[in-house]
This record gives sequence, C-alpha cells and structure tokens, in this order.
Amino acid sequence: MGEIHLDLDGLLDTFFEEAEEHLDAFETGLLELEATPEDHEVIGRIFRAAHSIKGASGTFGLGDITSFTHALETVLDRLRAREIAYSADVARALLASVDVLRGLVRAAREGAAAPPEAVPVRALLEQFYRTAPAPKPEAVAQPAIALQVGRKVRVRFAPKPDFMCRGMDPLAILRDVADCGEVESRVVDASAVPDLGDLDPESFYLSFVLVMRTERTDAEIAEAFAFVDDLCTFAIEAETEDAPQELVEADARAAGEPVVDVAAPAKEAVAPPKDAKTPAAASTIRVATEKVDKLLDLVSEIVIAQAMIVDATRAPGPDAETRLNDALQALDRHTRELQERVMSIRMVPLASVFGRLPRMVRDLAGTIGKKVQLVVEGEGTEIDKSMVEQLADPPTHLVRNAIDHGLEFPEQRAEQGKPAEGTVRIRAFHQGGNVVIEVGDDGKGLDSKQIRAKAERLGLVSPDEVLSDEQIHELIFHAGFSTAAKVSDVSGRGVGMDVVKRNVEALKGSLSLSTEMGHGTQVRLRLPLTLAIVDGLAVRVGAQTFVVPLLSVLESFRPMPSQVRAVLGASEVIDIRGTSVPVIRLHELLDAPNAERDPSRALLCIVEANGTSLALLVDDVIGQAQFVVKSLEVNYRKVPSLMGATILGDGRVAMIIDVQSLARTDHRSRAVATSSEVMIPVSEVA
Amino acid sequence: MNTARAVSPSPATINERNQYLSFALGEDEYAIDILRVQEILCICPITPLPQTPHHVRGVMNLRGAVVPVVDMRAALGLASEEYGKFTVIMVLSIHERTIGFVVDRVSDVLSFEANAIERSPDLGGRVDASVVSGIARTQDRFVVMLDLERLVGADVGVGVA
Amino acid sequence: MSKVALVVDDSMVIRKMVTMALKAISFEVLDAPDGRRALEVAKGKDLALVITDLNMPVMTGLEFIHEFRADPDHKFTPILFLTTETDEGMRNEARSAGATAWIVKPFHPDKLIAVIQKLGI
Repeated sequence: MGEIHLDLDGLLDTFFEEAEEHLDAFETGLLELEATPEDHEVIGRIFRAAHSIKGASGTFGLGDITSFTHALETVLDRLRAREIAYSADVARALLASVDVLRGLVRAAREGAAAPPEAVPVRALLEQFYRTAPAPKPEAVAQPAIALQVGRKVRVRFAPKPDFMCRGMDPLAILRDVADCGEVESRVVDASAVPDLGDLDPESFYLSFVLVMRTERTDAEIAEAFAFVDDLCTFAIEAETEDAPQELVEADARAAGEPVVDVAAPAKEAVAPPKDAKTPAAASTIRVATEKVDKLLDLVSEIVIAQAMIVDATRAPGPDAETRLNDALQALDRHTRELQERVMSIRMVPLASVFGRLPRMVRDLAGTIGKKVQLVVEGEGTEIDKSMVEQLADPPTHLVRNAIDHGLEFPEQRAEQGKPAEGTVRIRAFHQGGNVVIEVGDDGKGLDSKQIRAKAERLGLVSPDEVLSDEQIHELIFHAGFSTAAKVSDVSGRGVGMDVVKRNVEALKGSLSLSTEMGHGTQVRLRLPLTLAIVDGLAVRVGAQTFVVPLLSVLESFRPMPSQVRAVLGASEVIDIRGTSVPVIRLHELLDAPNAERDPSRALLCIVEANGTSLALLVDDVIGQAQFVVKSLEVNYRKVPSLMGATILGDGRVAMIIDVQSLARTDHRSRAVATSSEVMIPVSEVA
Repeated sequence: MNTARAVSPSPATINERNQYLSFALGEDEYAIDILRVQEILCICPITPLPQTPHHVRGVMNLRGAVVPVVDMRAALGLASEEYGKFTVIMVLSIHERTIGFVVDRVSDVLSFEANAIERSPDLGGRVDASVVSGIARTQDRFVVMLDLERLVGADVGVGVA
Repeated sequence: MSKVALVVDDSMVIRKMVTMALKAISFEVLDAPDGRRALEVAKGKDLALVITDLNMPVMTGLEFIHEFRADPDHKFTPILFLTTETDEGMRNEARSAGATAWIVKPFHPDKLIAVIQKLGI
C-alpha cells in the first residue's frame, strides 16, 4: 500500500476548538452532577466529552492528553457502572481534572510545558480504580516460533448462511488470506448450494479451502477473519509436508488490533505547534445546518422574485402592474429576511459568555466563606460574535464584586433575617437595539454616606456640593474608588468599577446602577448590538417619519378635545380609563415643523417603558414594519430621546424613538415642574 | 465643545507636496487634504436630528450607513445660504467617522509645495484662525487651508473651547 | 461514478480527518454529526461504505447501525465503526446490530485506509 500523505496540521485548530467546547461541556456537566449525582444522563454526557477529547487527541499523537483523558474516562466509566460511588473526593478529583486538561490543551496549543498538576491529579484519578499497581498488559507468551521458510498451510473458510448480513465481502477475506503467501490450490465447495427454487439470494452457501505456502504465523493469517469470527468457521492447519512444523497457538485477538499502550510516555506530538505564541485561530463560526438551509431557501425565493420582475416587465399585459408589485413585495420581503438571517449567523447566545460563571462563583464563594446562589436568566439572548470576547469581562467583574463586596457573610445575613445564601442574579435581554445585562445581588447595597465621605476625601466632591443619590452612586465609577475596607485579594486587583465602565464604554455601551441599602444593588449594562432589527410603528410628525418600537406601543387613538388637559406647569396629560398619562408633543421634542398641534385632529400613541406610560402626539400612524437599527453613534453621537436611525424603503433616514429615555426625561422635567409650583394660565398651554 | 488639543496640523500640510481638494463658499476658496475625501455627492435628502447644534443639518443615507451632514458655512461661522445648482456634499473621513459637509461647489484638485503655504495668516476675523492651517497662493488666488481635525471635534461639535 | 462514503461522528475533527483520508482514495464523502441526520442523508443513496462512531448524542451508534441496516437499500453496505481498544463487549454488540468491521481509536488515517482496502471496498 503506497503512502498517502494527508495534511493533518490544518485540522489541529479544529481539534483545539472542539477540545475547548468539550471541556466546557464537561465542566458544566460536573457542576450539574454535584447537584444530582445519580443522574445517568449527565454522567453519560461527561463521559462522552472526555471520550471525544481522548479519541481525537490520539489521532494527533498528543499522548499527554490521551493518557490523562484515559484515566478520567476510566473513572467516569466506573461511575456510570456504579462501581464507584460519587463522593466529595470524586467531585474534587474530577474538577481538578478539568483544570489539568485545560492546561494540557493549552500546552499542546502553545508548545508550552504540561501543567505540573497533571501527574498528581492523574494519580488521584487512578486511585479510584486501582487498588494494586496496574498489571502490565500481559505480554502474550510468544514462544520462539520455529518457522520454516515457506511452510504449507491449509486454510478452511466456511461462512455461515447469514454471512452477508453485515456487508462483508467474502472475497475480500479470501484475498487477505491469499496475500499472506502463495496459494497453491483453492477449492470451492458448492455442495451446500440448494436447488434454485429453494435458493435464498441473500444467503451464502459456499465454503473454501486454500492451500498455500506462507511465512506468516497462524495468528497473522487468522487476522483476516477478525471481523467475522462469529459469522463463519475457519481453521488454519498445517499441511503435511516434508518436516513437521511447530504450530503456534497464539491468541488471535492479542495479535489483532494494535493495542495503544496508554502508559507509554508519549511526549512526541506528531504536529507540534509551529511557534510558541498563542496561535490566532482563524476566526470561524459554527453555524447550525438548519440556518444555512434556510438561507439557501431564501436565496431561491429571491431568484424567483427576480424572475417574476423580469417577466412582468417584459410581458406587459393588463395585470403586469399587479404582477410587478407582487414580485417587488416578495423581493423586498425575502431580501430583508435574508439580511436578518445572515446577520443572525454571527449571533451567538450569551451562554458562551456566562459559561464560566457558575464555576467561578462556586470557587469564589468557597474561598471567601460566603454562601452564594447564582441565577442566570436569558442566556439564550444572542449577541454578535465579535462582542463575545469583550463581553466576557464586565459581567464577571460585576459578579465578583457582588460576591466580594455586595453580599454579606451568612451570619450577618441571618441577623437581618435574610436567607444565609445570598443570591446573585444575572439577567440578559434585548431591548430595541441593545442587549441589556443586569447583575444584581440581594446584599447590603451601597452606602451613600460612605461613598460620599470617600469622594470628599479623594477630592472628587466638595463638602457643600449638593448631590442626588443617583449622582452619589455614579461616583463609584471613578478611578481609584473602592469602598472596601481592605483591598481584598480576590477582587481588589484592578477590578474596580471604573475598569468595568471603561470596558463597557469601549463597546459604546453604558452602565447604570440602582441600589437600596440593606437590600442589594443592581448594575445594568447596556450595549448596542451591531445589528438589531426592531419591530416598529412608523408615525408621521410634520413632514418627518419616526419609528416607535412596537414593543412599547400599547394603543393609538384620536382623543376627544376634552380628554387632553393641562396640569401644573406646562405639561399635559390625558385621562385613559381613570389614569392620567403624560402627553409628549413629539413635534416639540424632535423639532419637527408643520405638525398638527391639535390633539383632537392628531393621534395619540400610548407607549410604555419601565412601568411608565406616555402618550405621544403624532400626526398620523403610517404602518408597522421591521426596521434595521442603524447606530447614530458610529458617525455621530448619542442623541437624547433617540435609539438610533433606520433607512426607510424610499431611502430616507428616519429616527427611532427611545421610549425609555423619553419616559425618564419626562419624569424628571415633571418632577422639577411640580417642585417649582409655577402656575401658568391654561390658555398658554399648547 | 472641543477641548483644546495638542493636535498639530497633519504633517502633510507642512512638509510635502501634497494634493488638496478645493471647494468654494461664496467667493472664497478653501482646501482640505485630499486623502480625507471619501466621495462627493449631489445634495440629497437630509433628515434633521433633534436637539443638535446649528451646524449639524441632520443625517443622510450613504448606501445604508447613517452619516451626519454638517453645513460647512455654519461650521466656519459664516452666514448660511440657500442650496444652489452646484451645492454638493463632500463625504470626509475625520476622527474615524464618516461625515458629510455641505459646500457651495467643489473646485479643483490642487498641489502645493510646502513653501507655498503661509502659516499664521490674519484673515481679518472672517474665519476662526484656529481651524486654518495656512493660506496657499495659487496663480491668481488665495486658498484657505483648513485643519479638519480642529474644525470638527470627535463628537462632531465645532469651535475650540 | 465514484464510490460514495458516509461518515458519522459528532467530532468535527474526526469527520474532517476521515473525509480527508477517504478522498485520498477517491471516495466521494458525505458526513453527518449524528445518527439521525446520517439516516436522512443516507436515504435512497447508493453508499459504498459507512464509517461511524458509537459514542454520539441524539442517537447512539448502535441505534444508528441497527436502523441503517434495517433499510433494505443498505442491507449489504459495509459499516465500519470506531471503537476503543478495550471495549470488546461493545464490539460484539455493534456486530450484532449489523456492523461489518471496526477500527480502533486513536488511529492514523493510513490505518483507516488499510482497513478499507482490506475489506475490498
């Protein structure tokens, strides 16, 4: 057989990527196992992860990984078979194994040394299934084989009738046997072939005898039957010749498949990484085949729509215009969907960012001595792949801070009547063009007085400066601000809120927080998505079109003249089913001239955000559609009240309204208005 | 809202013989580093942005990208004029942003030697001197060289604090 | 018309490696990450060879082999499965399910090619 050269190096990157995924799955499974040690499905999953790494690593000759995973796999196998019981010791060993494996993979990837823990951890694993030192694989007694050059053998091969059922070609076997030497005679015994009428075309009725001269051992010849030893009878006998031979009866199986000696030190890596630095893996994306299939479908639809257009323009007829319109609509629809889907390919769920958190929380809580429960919601929320790297740190830092500084020790919590176990809750969701990640804890909250005092000490604030609570809380985002009494080893290392803020702002996002002393703190990250598609309501104000995110819209209607009334200051409200809802004149807010000013001749679009309702005054509602959100910040900057822009079908740019910020601004201005208690005659309003 | 920055005029305007794109505002001619010019477009629909400074006219759709449009006259503190037949938008790349500028018309591509450019000119208060990197003389006229990075801040604001 | 092979393994690395080896000996290769998908892909096709792992999610290798064999189109298609060196019980089970032959992991692609040629495919 000629040497076939395959370039396996190119597959190494894929192997490392896959290994990381398996390790993540392994770790997740381990944590699940802790909660439910009897869960067979979980054990199976973990086993498969280790097994996969082992198999693939062996192909690339990464012996360190292979032998370590072998030990790991063995423990898991015993666990699965209930030969070992799950215990804290087992858990510890398994958890340690993950770290070692990660280190081994990294070592293989970067050409670095294997982590020193590999040896002791492996010993730890082995102790679970070895009571005595491992017996060396039995060296099969190979007595000296007195082979005479060219001994003669008779090989009988009698396949059973159902031999064919497994797709093995009997001729291939015979050829194999024949390759072992020189065939002198072959006999085909057809005596078992029945009459045509009784013949089953799928059954095998022949048997064979080959007499040949060979230098191979019987065991070697028997290899030809290795796969079918249960589907046939075969025999290899010495053929009487000049002088008697020594028949060696070696165990056919021992000479069969090559046994990989996992105990052998294998520092040889078949393809050592070319350079020591971390290889920048060519960035790839794993895409579910269904997603690709759908894309192909869409492309077909677009081709069809295009053909319809050509057709409608080439063959004018009475219905040509209708056909053209239909085709254009179809084209528009499919193209939009295509765009959306292609972009969605780059979206990966946040779960990949949150993946390491459970383990980190567990370790950290253990180290510090607090009891922590981590609740993660919305990990299915998708973000663009390019953001994944940068998004890994902020939530991690926030969680660390929450545990380190936010949550109290179990005794302190008990004193306050709180459950001993503190909760850190992460919630992720989409909001228009942003992904929002909230990290909250039910700990002691921020102490405004302490913050204030510290700020004054640092010279950030003068003693007589008047600051709202919100402003005081914002102070913690300043560099050098850590209100921990001592810089804890764990989160004191440059994980201040200022770092988090900087990271988030680098992503063009924003950070805000709310806190209540004694009850906890919640930090909110808001990050713009590179692409968001928002379902919106297009409205006309004056000559301009604006888009209101449909999520926020409750209803729209034309009010009666009496429904809108003025209240304190210059603000207006409308009474809806007993509640007063503030009215916002979009034409004023958004500088749109020539708009309808009389509410009873316009429309009120009732929207809701963060529990606040608003009534937006618009000239007209144009319709509903999906709009691609274009960020204003890329080329300009954030504009208050706007979430972004979009491009309409006619190419014009339309603004998308940020209902949340409208609600906030309105709330504040009303608060100011009521506090100043200025009376303005009704006639001057509107 | 620009804070005074220690940004020196781009070396190109000082040292080498470089190419500039000149444009006109009324009778006056100005020039900018041609490497900044992405494209020139006819005037197209501009969507106004609420609560923005006077010089930012709004945004426009540039092949799917939302790009702010600045009125060059307003940015330079000159009186506004109606848009005419030759009014165009120069799409420029400044501070890693793509920004369009409305100008009366685009004139020419010019080359100047470094020594043809006079520094620290006195324009008689017409245009804020801090955004001018020099005056060049070509044949029969003067061309005011603009320092775009000083003209427009990173937040697309104008005017040095 | 070249011979068509089907590779079934949840590990992309293994799939790619086996595909490379098969292409080197002039096979056209189809692949699938799990048994269920593999059955879909195989439906109605004339396959010269199937190579499958046993340890997979969604559908175990044994189930896949069993179902694959049950399809009259694939009654005699050679099935090669990937196994670990110590798993004799598994090998017998796989054979009972209808597998033709096996190759032990980890294997070098050359070894895979050797086994395929030995099977006369």
